[in-house]
Amino acid sequence: MASSTAGAHDHPTGVRRFLFSTNHKDIGTLYLVLAVIGGMVGLLMSIGIRAELMYPGINVFPGLASLINGADPSMGVDAGKNLYNVFITAHGVLMIFYMVMPALMGGYANWFVPIMIGAPDMAFPRLNNISFWFLAVSLVLLVMSMFVEGAPGMMGFGGGWVFYPPLSSNIGHPGPAMDFVILALHLAGASSILGSINIITTIFNMRAPGMTLHKMPLFAWSMLVTAFLLVLTLPVLAGAITMLLTDRNFGTMFYDPAGGGDPLLFQHLFWFFGHPEVYVLILPAFGLISHIVSTFSRKPVFGYLGMAYAMVAIGFLGCIVWAHHMYTVGLSLNAQRYFVFATMVIAVPTGIKIFSWIATMWGGSISFRAPMIWAIGFIFVFTMGGVTGVVLANAAADRQLHETYFVVAHFHYTMSLGAVFGVFAGFYYWFPKMTGYLYNETLSKLHFIVLFIGVNLTFFPQHFLGLSGMPRRYIDYPDAFAIWNYISSIGAFIGGVSMIVFFYCVIEAFMKKREAGANPWGAGATTLEWTLPSPPPFHQFEVLPRISGSGHQ
Amino acid sequence: MSTGQRNYLSLGARVGAAALPLIFFAGLAYAQVEGQPTPGGIGLPATVTEVGRETQTFYNALLLPIITFIALSVLGLLLYVCWRYNEQANPVPSKLTHHTGLEIVWTLIPILILVVISIPSFRILTHQVEIPESKITIKVTGNQWYWSYKYPEDQGGGFGFDQLMKPEAELKEGEPRLLAVDNEALVPVNEVVKLQITAADVIHSFVIPAFGVRMDAVPGRLNETWFKAEKEGVYYGQCSKICGKDHAFMPMAIRVVSREKYDEWLAEAKKKFAAAGSPARLAASE
Repeated sequence: MASSTAGAHDHPTGVRRFLFSTNHKDIGTLYLVLAVIGGMVGLLMSIGIRAELMYPGINVFPGLASLINGADPSMGVDAGKNLYNVFITAHGVLMIFYMVMPALMGGYANWFVPIMIGAPDMAFPRLNNISFWFLAVSLVLLVMSMFVEGAPGMMGFGGGWVFYPPLSSNIGHPGPAMDFVILALHLAGASSILGSINIITTIFNMRAPGMTLHKMPLFAWSMLVTAFLLVLTLPVLAGAITMLLTDRNFGTMFYDPAGGGDPLLFQHLFWFFGHPEVYVLILPAFGLISHIVSTFSRKPVFGYLGMAYAMVAIGFLGCIVWAHHMYTVGLSLNAQRYFVFATMVIAVPTGIKIFSWIATMWGGSISFRAPMIWAIGFIFVFTMGGVTGVVLANAAADRQLHETYFVVAHFHYTMSLGAVFGVFAGFYYWFPKMTGYLYNETLSKLHFIVLFIGVNLTFFPQHFLGLSGMPRRYIDYPDAFAIWNYISSIGAFIGGVSMIVFFYCVIEAFMKKREAGANPWGAGATTLEWTLPSPPPFHQFEVLPRISGSGHQ
Repeated sequence: MSTGQRNYLSLGARVGAAALPLIFFAGLAYAQVEGQPTPGGIGLPATVTEVGRETQTFYNALLLPIITFIALSVLGLLLYVCWRYNEQANPVPSKLTHHTGLEIVWTLIPILILVVISIPSFRILTHQVEIPESKITIKVTGNQWYWSYKYPEDQGGGFGFDQLMKPEAELKEGEPRLLAVDNEALVPVNEVVKLQITAADVIHSFVIPAFGVRMDAVPGRLNETWFKAEKEGVYYGQCSKICGKDHAFMPMAIRVVSREKYDEWLAEAKKKFAAAGSPARLAASE
């Protein structure tokens, strides 16, 4: 590139602009589009799941199976049961790897980490391009897995997003569906590792003059921790699923007790990745919520250093608590004691974050624009998910609640409400910056209200179901669970409607073209992106900004 | 299925028409049957073991009040700052960004709360995991998609049988759908029963909520757990680790009876199940 400077600084259009893009903002936009696609497919699946669970009995999925897979009607009920498992698996994988991660890490981090630290672009623009296209291809592989044989005579992999062997090995799913899933995960993992290397390098080497790490905006901090978590843990997942791949295809016995292997080895390796992964999903939201709360309270973030190092602490602790997902596999007493202790400690830095957000608002002059409403909603629902996490951290209580809907409610309060509210808060916060247009305030608040009611109605009753003992991943349940399942389903449909409001809100903003200006949020918005015009120029900071003074962000 | 479905539809319509508080009372109006979930239940199920009671007390008397208090405090604080510090009420923001005392307090208080939680937590955990002396051992094997039980010879057993879900058409009056099984496993009341749990194909999980028992059935491992049921009756559980298409259709049922009845049953079952490997499986398969 350096030798052809004339070509490097022009402004490609159409296919050349997006397919071959090396521009961090365009790649960010591509990631956001992918997140919308992945999220919509995942959402439709969850609505299918809730429609099935609305009433006892097997109602929806046999029909859906003949519709989607062309399953023979005589196989109807069995194909339906299998498709249900495929749906819960794909719903989890899609929402994690193809919705929340592309939105927060691919979309917002690509867009705003370079701008916030005063860099012209990411450190490795071409690496950035290939991390996106790996993920796009990976999504295609994952969708393809649903249309090839998995369990004997059945389509797709239906073993849950945790892929535990032997269900995911040749014993449970001898067909090629699981191989497609493994390849999809390998590509998604490679994509995330490359993206993370890019983020770490950018943050360490390309901060504007004067921006020390302790002056860096918290969103960049959150992405730094997230990127380290991914670089440390994704190779472990890659190793685990590679061993699964060789078990399936080349006769190795890593997870097969018949050959001296151990199915629990996979669980340890998977959760060594899997638990940090849930912090990968929520830490970026922590970062951007700090900016939103500070902007709309017109006050700097309270306890900036505490906030930054709380995220570092959460990231570190997240790597040493994995077996709290495995209290019931037959761990020794001492192992369980250790994981109880380590897991409960996470509540401390998480508490610091919650209280610091409230302290940021304390004494502020709060304007209730849409991003702020979403951020306040985030703080509340994340607290709800956090406190049930403290319950589940106790192996003694987990003995009663593990693999029940209580767990489903817990992680949906942190993810489906927490991380997703973070995604939408960030979306409305940065939409004027990314597009140059203001969204409609009323519509975006309506979106919030409908989704807030919908998801709480969906997931709060699931605590009751779990306490009463309803297991997860069930297509049918004893009739005693009917009432709360019915209410939960109604909530899911309301949540689904909120997405129509969301899309209408986006379309309306593009049609009305209300100019946002460089900084629509006023004096509270102090990070560097608000010093640029909206949308920012194709290449920003050709002259690097200088950061002076001692104030953070 | 179709008649059942109509019932549920009308149930759904009723629920849909009722307001939320009414649903609460409707739920409470059902009689609670020990050993199976209570319709509309909002809390932990009735329990018949000491471990179960300890776990419930731990949740109901300690964890639930603490988490409710924290969630409501955070909600209260949020509402207060929104009311007190909105831009009309407080047009000029303060510049407060540090308060070391406050930061120490909100680090130390959560630590104290966690210490309070962890003391009973570790004690109950030990009670759950350490298996007391037992005279009865039963081996339970998870299969796709049923459970097998083996009663050892030296304890009056020497037989094994399979336990499959009863199809809806064969349910007798009062037997719950998806929970009732063809062959219940019997154990005597007030005696420590040790379970050895494994699986033959993929991972399953053996759960009886009323006993506070949950243990994964992992191929190649022999996991152990225990219970001492204090009340006669039949106690149901459901497989709790995804295991394929009929994951939701492999319940487990344990009937707790008096020692005399248990001895009678042992003799009977020995004859019934001893002959072939597991004739029950043939009889119950579709």
